Amino acid sequence: MTIKIINAVLAVLCGVGGAVVLFYLLNKLTDLFPRRMHERVKPYVFILPAFAAISLYLLFPFFQTVVYSFANRDSTAWVGLQNYSDLLGDRGFQQTLFNTLLWILVVPALTIVLGLLIATLADRLRPGGEKFTKTIIFLPLAISAVGAGTIWTFIYTQRPPGQAQIGLLNAIWTLLGGDPVAWLQLSTGRLNSLLLMVILIWTQAGFAMVLLSAAIKGVPSDTLEAARIDGAAEGRIFFAIIVPQIRATIITVFITVIIGVLKTFDIVYVMTNGNFNTNVIALSYYQQQFVNRNSGSAAAIVVLLMIVMIPIMAYQVRQFRAQEVAR
Amino acid sequence: MSGTRSVTTTAAPGRSATGSGGFTGTRKGRARAKSGDIGKPAPLWVRTVLALLCLLWIVPVFGLAFTSLRDRVDATDTGWWSVFTSPSQLSRLTVENYSQVIAQADLGTALVNSLAITIPATIIPILIAAFAAYAFAFMEFWGRDVLLVLIVSLLVVPNQVALTPLLNIYGQLGVNGQFIAAWLAHIGFGMSLAVYLIRNYMATLPKEVIESAKIDGASHYQTFWKLIVPMSVPALASFAIFQFLWVWNDLLVALVFIGPGGNQPLTIALVSLLGQQGQGWQLVAAGGFFTMILPILVFLSLQRYFVRGLTAGSVKG
Repeated sequence: MTIKIINAVLAVLCGVGGAVVLFYLLNKLTDLFPRRMHERVKPYVFILPAFAAISLYLLFPFFQTVVYSFANRDSTAWVGLQNYSDLLGDRGFQQTLFNTLLWILVVPALTIVLGLLIATLADRLRPGGEKFTKTIIFLPLAISAVGAGTIWTFIYTQRPPGQAQIGLLNAIWTLLGGDPVAWLQLSTGRLNSLLLMVILIWTQAGFAMVLLSAAIKGVPSDTLEAARIDGAAEGRIFFAIIVPQIRATIITVFITVIIGVLKTFDIVYVMTNGNFNTNVIALSYYQQQFVNRNSGSAAAIVVLLMIVMIPIMAYQVRQFRAQEVAR
Repeated sequence: MSGTRSVTTTAAPGRSATGSGGFTGTRKGRARAKSGDIGKPAPLWVRTVLALLCLLWIVPVFGLAFTSLRDRVDATDTGWWSVFTSPSQLSRLTVENYSQVIAQADLGTALVNSLAITIPATIIPILIAAFAAYAFAFMEFWGRDVLLVLIVSLLVVPNQVALTPLLNIYGQLGVNGQFIAAWLAHIGFGMSLAVYLIRNYMATLPKEVIESAKIDGASHYQTFWKLIVPMSVPALASFAIFQFLWVWNDLLVALVFIGPGGNQPLTIALVSLLGQQGQGWQLVAAGGFFTMILPILVFLSLQRYFVRGLTAGSVKG
C-alpha cells in the first residue's frame, strides 16, 4: 500500500520533473538555431508536448476508431457499412437512440429552468443566505455518478407489499395508498428513464445556476430600473429584460449540458445497466465493446455519437470566434 | 483575485467580471435590486421556495448519511427517516458500518488506489498545458488560430472515441490494469481543457508586462517562469480542481484501463458494493459516503476556484 503511494509520488516527481527537464532541453535546443529563427521555432517547442498528448490520446485513436467501424468484430476483415446498417436496423438500438433523444430533450431544458429559478430567487436573498443556498444546490457536482446512483438507490428502491418500504419514493407512494412500485423497471411512458434523468439534473442544476447567476448579476442595472419606474411587474421584467440579455449564457449552459447528456454512461450503468428499456448511446458503446466483444459495432456507435456532436462542435467554435473578436 | 481580472466567459462575450471567484462576488456598479432593500429580508414566498428546493437537494444526501450510521436491523426493517419518529434509534447509531465495510470491501486499498491514480493525473498535465497556453496567448506563429480552434473542438469530443484503439495499444505494451495506463489517459483527455482554460486566463493578463520583460532582455522561457506562471496561479488552481474531481469521480476510464481487482479505485469498488446489496444497505451507504468525503471536502474548501473555472470555460470532455 505504501508502495503505491510512493509510486504515485514518484510519478508526480518524474512527470513534473520530466516536463521541466524536457522544456529546458527543448529550450536549449532551440538556442542552437540561428538567432533570427528563435522567434519562429519557440512557439512550436512550447506547444509540442501538449499536442503530442492530444494527438496520441484523441486524434490518432479517433481515426483508428473510424477505421474499426468499417471492420468486423475483431477488426480482421472489412465489412463496409455493415456495422452501421446492422445497428440502425436493430430494434434495441433504435430504442437506445430514442432514449438518448429523450435525454437530450428533457435534461438540458429542466436543468436550465431549475438553474434560472434558483439563480433568480437566490439573488434576492441576503449574501449569507444566497451563499448557503447556492452551496447546497452546487454540492452534488462534487459527487461521482456512482455516488449519486448510490444516493438515489435509497430513494427508488422497493420492498414487497406488506414490508416496510425503505426507499423514500415508495414510502411516500404507499403512504398515499399505492402499492409499492419497482420504479426503475417501469418503462411505461419511459418513467424509469425519467427517474434516471432526475439524477443527472440533480447533479447538473448547480452548474447551470452558477453560470446563469453570474450572467444575471451582469445585467446592467439601469435597464431594470427603467422597467421598474415604468411599473413593469417582476415577472415581466424577468422575461422581457433579463432573459434576452442572458441569452448567450443560456445557450452555453444548454450546449454544455447536452454534451454531458450525450456522454452519460455511469448513471445508467450503475442503476439499470441499460435494462428495462433505459439504454443510452454512450452505454451501448461500452456494452458492444466489453460485453459483446464487438469492436466494429462499438466503433460504429462512437462514430454515430460523433456525428451527433458535429453541430454542437461547430456552434462551440463559432461561439469561441465571436468571443475572440470581442476580446 | 477580486473581480477585476476575472476570466471572460464563453457565456457572455465581452462582458466583464461575470465570474469573480465567489458565489456572491463583487458587483461592480450594481446598485439595483438590492439597493433599496439591503438588510431587508426577501419576500416569504422566495424564501419558502428556496428552502423547499434546498431540502429536495439535500434530503437524498441525508438519507445516505443516516443509513450509513444505522445498525443492520434498523436499516433493513425501517426507512432512515424513522430516526426522527422513534428517537430510541438515535442511541443505536453507530460508525461500526464504516470500519466493517472498509475491511470487507477493502476500501482502504481502493482509497490509496484512487489517490495514486488522481494525484499524478492532476498535477502532471498542468505544466505541459501552461507552456502551450503561453504560446497561444503571447506568441505569434503560423497555424496558431487553426490549432486553437482544434483545441476548442476537442473539448466536445467524448472519450469513448479513443478507448478501443488505446486499449489495443496498451495491450501490446502490457500496461493494462496498471496506474500508468490511467495516468496517461487522463492526461491526454484533460489536455485540451487545460490548455483552453489556462490560455483564456493568460489572454486577460496585461500585454505590457510581457513587452517590458522583453525590453529588459528576458527570453520567453524566463518570462514564462518568472512572470506568467506566478500570475496564472488562479487558473492553474481551477484546472487542478476540475481535473481532480473529474479523475476521482471517473468510472469509465477506470473500468476500461484498470478494471476490478487489486488496483481498482473507489468508484469501481462502490459499483461492486452496489451489486452486493444482500450484505446490507447500511454497508452500501457507508461505502458510498466514504467515497464522497474527499471530493466534497476539496470542493467545499476550494469552491471559489471551481466557480471561476466554470465561468471561464464551461465545457469538459
